[in-house]
Amino acid sequence: MKYIDEFREPELIARTSAEIRRLADPARHYRFMEVCGGHTHAIYRFGLKDLLPPNIELVHGPGCPVCVLPMGRIDDGLAIAAQGGVVFTAFGDMMRVPGTQGSPLEHKARGADIRIVYSPADALKLARANPEKHVMFFAIGFETTAPSTALTLMRANAEGVRNFSVFCNHVTIIPAIRAILDSPDMRIDAFIGPGHVSTVIGCRPYEWIARHEGKPIVVSGFEPLDVLQSVAMLLRQLRAKEAKVENQYRRVVPWEGNRAALRAMAEVFTLRSYFEWRGMGFISQSALALRDSYAEWDAERRFSVPGIRVTDPKAAQCGEVLKGVLKPAQCKLFGNECTPERPVGALMVSSEGACAAYYQYEHRKSALVSIPA
Amino acid sequence: MCLAIPGKILSLADDATHSAMIEVVGVRRRVDVSLVAPEGIGPGDWVLIHVGFALSKIREEDAIEQLRMLSALGETQAAMEEVRGYSHDEVDPPPGERAFP
Repeated sequence: MKYIDEFREPELIARTSAEIRRLADPARHYRFMEVCGGHTHAIYRFGLKDLLPPNIELVHGPGCPVCVLPMGRIDDGLAIAAQGGVVFTAFGDMMRVPGTQGSPLEHKARGADIRIVYSPADALKLARANPEKHVMFFAIGFETTAPSTALTLMRANAEGVRNFSVFCNHVTIIPAIRAILDSPDMRIDAFIGPGHVSTVIGCRPYEWIARHEGKPIVVSGFEPLDVLQSVAMLLRQLRAKEAKVENQYRRVVPWEGNRAALRAMAEVFTLRSYFEWRGMGFISQSALALRDSYAEWDAERRFSVPGIRVTDPKAAQCGEVLKGVLKPAQCKLFGNECTPERPVGALMVSSEGACAAYYQYEHRKSALVSIPA
Repeated sequence: MCLAIPGKILSLADDATHSAMIEVVGVRRRVDVSLVAPEGIGPGDWVLIHVGFALSKIREEDAIEQLRMLSALGETQAAMEEVRGYSHDEVDPPPGERAFP
């Protein structure tokens, strides 16, 4: 609660927190999943758990693209980087994610040409500036990021830039939510829907969750008040025995999404019949690949990759944490072998991963408390 | 990775690149605005930027609040780094316009 003075409108926060306590049935235990890693980070950072009654449990979902990427895909990308004349480009978040033979950063130290870019458009610019090299962009992200990759590929096509390709790992959020609902060990009462993904896809794609699964979902912003208001909205629906899609983040998310972004994605991408998610296994139609018309820019078709499935270290329980079955600190490696400085599992790498967020805010707090005076 | 950073449009490019000069956390960069162009945009408007592309138009007060939240999340440094990293101008801006020569 020490951060409460930083909140916008602290009285409103206190009032919403009180309202949540009023709305929650004390005889019931609630499990709400926040799908997006951005929410996970905000929940830990602002200590929002302290503002909720103990019978409301927030379960962290699979919405961190770095965390759900299986190790085999990193190995495949790095195998391309090992080929002569190839420049491997990726967002900074990818650089410390371990592959079987080390992270991209470690491969760079061993001589591979690996560079951080902050935008796929920058990777294309690098290709234009280095016509003697081949620039490969290691694309990751949900629907928030996929349109940027699509527009970059459309530009490469329009300009005829041939020394550029994309190794596509873009994933889609809806099949992941479906997999969670289908999983026998998951009991989720309602969902806090992702904010920025919904900027692109809008709110309509969630309607089946309400209609067919009978679960309420509220698309939420990232500020403390946003998350609390979303929790209150979910409780109100549950109390009224309703299940519908509501949009708490209206100031950013249009109900219909961003048509220009959806058009660009449809032009460039097609759905893969299945894709592996770290900790969740294979999920059908859960990822994007380049269409045949963009085959020339598809790194998977231009280069041969090992394509070997790599299982996570046995002791790491990323899958259980990712599905919300275990809390981060319940994993045997947490804080011992696996830390943000030396991550074993991907959930510890990204600041949006449940383990890294938990380590940064909760674990340190309890470590401080446990020091004898 | 999933940062969305608010920026203010300073000027739109006249060419077909759909880019705009945007000021973000004190840095000027060219950002692709083709995804928000259909909403109608102009100098003075605020947009949310993700990996070099503007994703949605937002109100000024919401932009300022979002900046405050980035700083509370300890993400301002990451946001600055990301924005400084953008470098996809087709043509470098004229010297007078260059924030970081």
